[in-house]
Amino acid sequence: MGNVTALTVNGKKLTVDANPQTSLLSVLRNDLDLTGTKYGCGEGQCGACTVLIDGQQTRSCVTPVGKVASKQITTIEGLEKHGQLHPVQEAFLRADALQCGYCTPGMIMSSVALLNKNSRPTREEIVRHMDRNVCRCGTYLRIIAAIQMASGQTGGAE
Amino acid sequence: MKDLPEVERYELAEDPLYNFTFDRRQFLKAFSTGIALLVPMSHLLAQEQEEGFSRELPQEIGAWIHIEQDGSVVVYTGKVEFGQNIRTSLAQAVADELHVPVSTIRLVMGDTELTPFDMGTFGSRTTPTMAPQLRKAAAAARQMLIALAAQQWQVSPETVRIVDARFVNHDRSKSMTLADVAKGQKLVKTILPDVKTTPVDQWTLAGKSTPKVDGREFVTGRHKYTSDMRRDGMLYGAVVRPPKLNMTYEGRNAFVHIPGGHVVEDGNFLGVAAEEPQSATAGAKSIPARWKTNSDPQPDNATLFDYFRKNAREGRGRPVGSVADGFAAADKTLEQTYTVAYIAHAPLEPRAAIAEWSNDKLTVWTGTQRPFGVRSELAEALHIPANRIRVIVPDTGSGYGGKHSGECAVEAARLAMATKKPVKVVWTREEEFTWAYFRPAGVIDVKAGVKNDGKLTAWEFHNYNSGSSGIQVKYDIPNQNIQFHNTKSPLRQGSYRGLAATANHFAREVHMDELAALVKLDPVVFRLKNIKDERLRAVLEAATTRFDWHRKPASSAHGFGVACGFEKGGYIATCAEVSVDQRTGKVKLERIVEAFECGAIVNPLHLENQVEGAIVQAIGGALFESIQFANGSILNPRFKSYRLPRFSDVPPIEVVLVNRKDLPSAGAGETPIVGLAPAVSNAIFAATGKRLRSLPLAPIGLKT
Repeated sequence: MGNVTALTVNGKKLTVDANPQTSLLSVLRNDLDLTGTKYGCGEGQCGACTVLIDGQQTRSCVTPVGKVASKQITTIEGLEKHGQLHPVQEAFLRADALQCGYCTPGMIMSSVALLNKNSRPTREEIVRHMDRNVCRCGTYLRIIAAIQMASGQTGGAE
Repeated sequence: MKDLPEVERYELAEDPLYNFTFDRRQFLKAFSTGIALLVPMSHLLAQEQEEGFSRELPQEIGAWIHIEQDGSVVVYTGKVEFGQNIRTSLAQAVADELHVPVSTIRLVMGDTELTPFDMGTFGSRTTPTMAPQLRKAAAAARQMLIALAAQQWQVSPETVRIVDARFVNHDRSKSMTLADVAKGQKLVKTILPDVKTTPVDQWTLAGKSTPKVDGREFVTGRHKYTSDMRRDGMLYGAVVRPPKLNMTYEGRNAFVHIPGGHVVEDGNFLGVAAEEPQSATAGAKSIPARWKTNSDPQPDNATLFDYFRKNAREGRGRPVGSVADGFAAADKTLEQTYTVAYIAHAPLEPRAAIAEWSNDKLTVWTGTQRPFGVRSELAEALHIPANRIRVIVPDTGSGYGGKHSGECAVEAARLAMATKKPVKVVWTREEEFTWAYFRPAGVIDVKAGVKNDGKLTAWEFHNYNSGSSGIQVKYDIPNQNIQFHNTKSPLRQGSYRGLAATANHFAREVHMDELAALVKLDPVVFRLKNIKDERLRAVLEAATTRFDWHRKPASSAHGFGVACGFEKGGYIATCAEVSVDQRTGKVKLERIVEAFECGAIVNPLHLENQVEGAIVQAIGGALFESIQFANGSILNPRFKSYRLPRFSDVPPIEVVLVNRKDLPSAGAGETPIVGLAPAVSNAIFAATGKRLRSLPLAPIGLKT
């Protein structure tokens, strides 16, 4: 298999030249300078590297770039449209659902994936879906609140 | 409250990781113009002081505050932002004094070239010391600017005010901006020691919930942490690590070629820098290095606590009264031992640094809680004066006390020095678990004497290794002997959120629960009988009232537990409800209520977030986090094997904030972590009759 020469990221076709075995995370961060997607553990345990592949949440640190060459890749940088934050991004701000912010892009991408397939998740569904994302600062309850806000189940303001 | 931050011994006694022996002549030729480099270190330290690296706080307004031409206010502080949201709370303080909106404030933080010296961001000192310092500077700036404005208008300064970032005269017929007066000039004036700052009851911006000032940068992924940054021509570095903790590099069996890469060998350091991160990592793995073992066999988890006792030194605590008399006066005595495990900080952003040499200066971007300390580490390791080193700390992916040291900065700098290019080193998760440092483990012996009516008569407390933070009792006990014993630690250990206050509160508050059971008193009633301190009483009552302590648990599988205490200026009480599945032994937290009082509240929103976060982090250390080690190896250095608190571990948490506007604000990042573990242990006892005296309490549930 030859090198991967192009990727579709956030709706744009981008030129790369990457060994297909290289992780998608590394290509996004080091080759494309899309550094919103984070390294946390390198083994798919913490979710800091979460991106969407054809709308599905995916751990980019354990995804070889060769597997996603023909797919739609969405990263945190692709959510804001024309200066307008995505409702999930808005909700994270409103719920103060972050401290150091390092897990936040992965949390937001996982939340977006959840809401894409289930627009009004219950609390249990949120916990089950998000359980593989780690926030070491411990803002879990606020993230749950943010997802509920974004799904229109709660009003928002603290 | 002490004036100096409590620095535990490991923060000062750490030996440098590397002893570089690079050829200084070559180094001089490459990077230096002068001969000044070849002077002994002691001389350099003297020179450092002469060159204005004073550790005294600067007295000049301009060192802290500058008004830009566009009217924005730049604030300089050596503190760093790690998620505790001081970029927001300090902006509130300055905005409050200057009478400008928070949005006009921009903080320059943790930059050794631009900000005044600071010991570091630890010990919950930002709110009690840096906020008042910045308030003073801002108040002095306001007075100075008002005087200048009055001069410009030829009116008396008493008639000029700043309203919403504009000067106005007595009838508001005249107005101008801060920039109109400051004109971009440095504010050259001394901050007088008696400068008056705004009393708490007149705060307009502080004291109110204020969102994270740059929150949008984080939710969009735009914020650049150190690990996200890049410099032109930058290489990626990887360090070749020994297979065991007690081994060091000895030599290479063969030379290997690394495409696009350099191998750098110096003393016990062996590293690789390459154009591609993958080649650096693969290259480092491919080098056939020889290692030597430095120490005798080390203890493992099973033998650790005996090892602590065996190597213990005498404590230096001063007894109060006579414990012998106290025990003689007691109706009952109780003696127990408690232990805590080593745990890891596991900040989600691992250690990262970029080092760049330019002319004969070194600039290092790194996520450290001690930028000035890391500058000294670099100066020492690289044998260059500190005035040729600049350390910059971008807002970092958390630390919790785990990023006081500069290992990664030194590694990046050494690689950059050898390759003459900027080098970025980002530790892997496994490196972070193995080569950083841990919260100290400890063993604690407690013996107490109590009257049948519940009054404590004697308290003897010996902590081996874990530390002295939070070791003093707030209970009213006439006879006390409280000792912290230094000993040897087989693992590298250091600061951690709350330091030893978690261990000491765990031992004390579980022991209190055991004493309550011994004299057949309700644990809250028993505590209240021994509390004179009204602030401690207030949080205990606030928490138990919200929790509805005296109701009956939902079923026999449920139990309630309580703990309270004091540390770093803050008072805390925690109530926990747990359930234990009698078939599987699974421990589930059902509900947590925590009351916290830290004087006058600066930002209720972020305070509540901090308290919740501390409770969640505490769940890990209480129930399942523990470093497993044997034969010089960390056995669980990954998230797969080191369990962190996750969404499904977190019960509903209710935070009761007790606002004492009459008291100075204390820090809040640490103390809210200390109550959870003992409250949960006590709740498990209430549910099952099982007394758990070791943290973590139930790593694989309760054995039934």
